[in-house]
Amino acid sequence: MAKGKERDSDPLNFDDLRGQLHAMCLMRGVEERGLSLYKQGKVPGSFYDGRGQEAISVGATWALDAADAVSSPLIRDLGAHLVRGTDLTDIFRHYMGRENAISHGREGNVHFGDRRVGVVGMVSMLPDMMVVATGIAMAFKMRGEARCALSFFGDGATSRGDWHEAMNWAALYELPAIFVLENNQFAYSTPTSGQYLGEPVKRAAAYGMDGVSVDGNDVTEVFEATWAAREKAIAGGGPTLIEARTLRMHGHGAHDDASYIPAELLEDWRRRDPIERLAERVGADELATVEAEVKAEIDAAVEAALSAPMPDPATAVEGVFCEGEPQVLGEGAAPWSGFAIPAPVAAAA
Amino acid sequence: MAVRTYLQAITDGLREAMDEDERVFVMGEDVGAFGGAFKVTAGLQEEFGTERVRDTPIAEAGIIGTAVGAAIVGMRPVCEMQFSDFVACGFDQLVNVAGKMHYRTGLAVPLVLRLPSGGGFSGGPFHSQNPEAWFMHAPGLKVVAPSTPEDAKGLLTAAIHDPNPVVFLEHKHLYRRIKGEMPDGSYETPFAARVARPGTDLTVIAYGAMVHSALEAADQLDGASVEVLDLRSLAPLDEEAILASVAKTSKVLVIDEANRTCAAGAEVASLIADRAFELLDGPVRRLATPDVPIPFSPPLEQAVIPTAQRIAEACRELLDY
Repeated sequence: MAKGKERDSDPLNFDDLRGQLHAMCLMRGVEERGLSLYKQGKVPGSFYDGRGQEAISVGATWALDAADAVSSPLIRDLGAHLVRGTDLTDIFRHYMGRENAISHGREGNVHFGDRRVGVVGMVSMLPDMMVVATGIAMAFKMRGEARCALSFFGDGATSRGDWHEAMNWAALYELPAIFVLENNQFAYSTPTSGQYLGEPVKRAAAYGMDGVSVDGNDVTEVFEATWAAREKAIAGGGPTLIEARTLRMHGHGAHDDASYIPAELLEDWRRRDPIERLAERVGADELATVEAEVKAEIDAAVEAALSAPMPDPATAVEGVFCEGEPQVLGEGAAPWSGFAIPAPVAAAA
Repeated sequence: MAVRTYLQAITDGLREAMDEDERVFVMGEDVGAFGGAFKVTAGLQEEFGTERVRDTPIAEAGIIGTAVGAAIVGMRPVCEMQFSDFVACGFDQLVNVAGKMHYRTGLAVPLVLRLPSGGGFSGGPFHSQNPEAWFMHAPGLKVVAPSTPEDAKGLLTAAIHDPNPVVFLEHKHLYRRIKGEMPDGSYETPFAARVARPGTDLTVIAYGAMVHSALEAADQLDGASVEVLDLRSLAPLDEEAILASVAKTSKVLVIDEANRTCAAGAEVASLIADRAFELLDGPVRRLATPDVPIPFSPPLEQAVIPTAQRIAEACRELLDY
C-alpha cells in the first residue's frame, strides 16, 4: 500500500493540477453531452448533473489510493468515477440504457458504480451508502489493511437516521472512513434552512469525530482536507467529516428549472466556478488544450456508445443472485503524484 | 450422533463456520460477552475474540448496512437482530441495499441475517412476529426457516457458504423445546423442502414451529395418512416438492404462523392452484394467524396463532370433503 509523500512541499504538482482540470472538464463535458442526449430522447428516465460541484468529487478522490473504496459517488459526483478510471464509453452506454459492462442496463442512468475500480453504486435513499462505507472501513480495520472508505452525501442526507448510525458507528470503532458532506444548499427544492438548525459539521464533535469545512469550489482545499483525513484514517486516527460548501448550479434533475433558487445566489456562485478558478492557476492555453482533449474523448465515447446494442430483454431476469464466483470490490486508479503507483489502467472486462 | 437443542445447533453451526473460515464474523446487540438475548452466541466471544464476535450499538440499519459493506470487500458477516421484529428498523438496508446489490453492480453480498422470530410465549406485538413474507417479496434475498436442530445447523452452514444475503428465521419457541440427534461435523442442508412425515390422504404444508404443530395434529388423526411437508426454504420455494406431494395426496392444508395476507402459504396456495389444479380433490385450505399484531395475554395469543387442535380440525374437514 503506497503512503502519501512527506509534506515538504506543495503536494500537488503541475501534472496533478492539470489532471484535476482534465477530470473536472471531463465531468462537465460528459454531463453536458448526457443532457443533450437526454433531450434528444436517447437517455431514458430523467437526467441529473453536478454542474458547479466538480471540484468536490474530483478533489476528494484525487487523495485516494488505489485500494481505497468509494461508497458511493452520488448524482453530483461523476468526477469520482472518472478519477477512479471508469470507462467513458461504458458511462455513455449506461446513460442510454444500452448493454454495458458496469450495469448491463439494470441500474438507474446516473446511479452506477464500477466495482472493478473500487466504486460501489449509490442507492437513492441517502445516506444509506454511508453506512455501507462504514462497514467497508470496518472490514479494512479488522484485517489490518491500510485502506480507507470514502462516502459522499448531501446536506439533506444529514437529516436521516442512517447518517447518525454511520457517524456514531465509525467514530465508536475509530474506523478509517471519510465522510464528505456536499453542502449544495438545496435538497431537491428544500433549502438547508428547512433541513436543520445549526451546522452539520459541528455535529461531528458530538460524535467524537473531527469535522472540517472547506470551500467546495476549490479543488485544492477539497483535496488537502481529504488527504489529511486519509492520512489520519490509515494511521488509526478514526473518521473525519468534511463539509464541502457549494451550490448546485442546475435543478435537481433535467425536469427541474430550479426557479426556487434566487438568481442572485446563483450569480454569486457562478463567479466562483471551480473550473474557472483552477484554470487561472493552470493557464488559459492549457485549459484550451484540455478542453480540446476532453471534447475528442467524449466524441469518441459517444460514437462508440451509440453503436452499442440495447440489452437483450431475456437478461432482465438474470443476475438477481450471485451464482458463480463472488465478486468483491476491486482497485481503482490513484492518479495523485504523491502515490508511488503507476498511472491508471483501463478496467479489465 | 449427539443430541442437541435447536438453539445449541445454531451455536454449533456458528462456531464451526468461524473455525473453518476466518472471514466469518458475528455481530449484533449484546451478542458478545453476554452471549445474546437468547444465548445463541454464548461462549463465542471468549473463543474468537471481540473483533469476530462484535457487540454493536443499538442500530439495526447500522448492523445490516455495515455487514453489506464488509461483505462486498470479502468478509462473511453473520448478523443477529435481537428480535425479528427489529429488522423493520433495518429494512431499507436489507431490501434496497443488500437485495439489489448483485443485480445492480455484480458485487456479491454474502451475509446472513439471523432473525429470532415467532410467538407462543407472551412476547407481545414487538417480540413475536414472523416477518418472512416481507423478504420473500424482495428480490435478491434468500429466506430459510428451519424446524429441527439438524436443519438449523445445516441451513445456517449453507447460508454462511452462500454468496447471497440469506435471511435465517430461527423460531424462538423451538430454541430449547426441540431437541434432536445431529450428524457429526460440518454439513449443509439444501434450500429445499423435506417430507417430515409421509402420507397419502392429505398434505399439510408448514415451516418453522408450525411443522411441530402439524406433526402433533397428524398424530391426532387416527386412520388418516397425513403427509407433513416442511418447506425449510421459503425463497427459493421448492415448487417441485410441493407439487410432488400434492400429486400424491390431492388435498392440501397450508399453515402459516405469520399473518394471513400475502403470507408464504398464500404463495404456496397460488402455486398449487396454478400448476396442480387437476390433481386436487378439494379446495386448497389455509390456516394462518389473522391480520392482527400478536397479543400479549395467553388466551389472546392462543386465539390467533394456529394450534395443533385447529390444524387437526382443518385436516378433518378436508379429509371429509
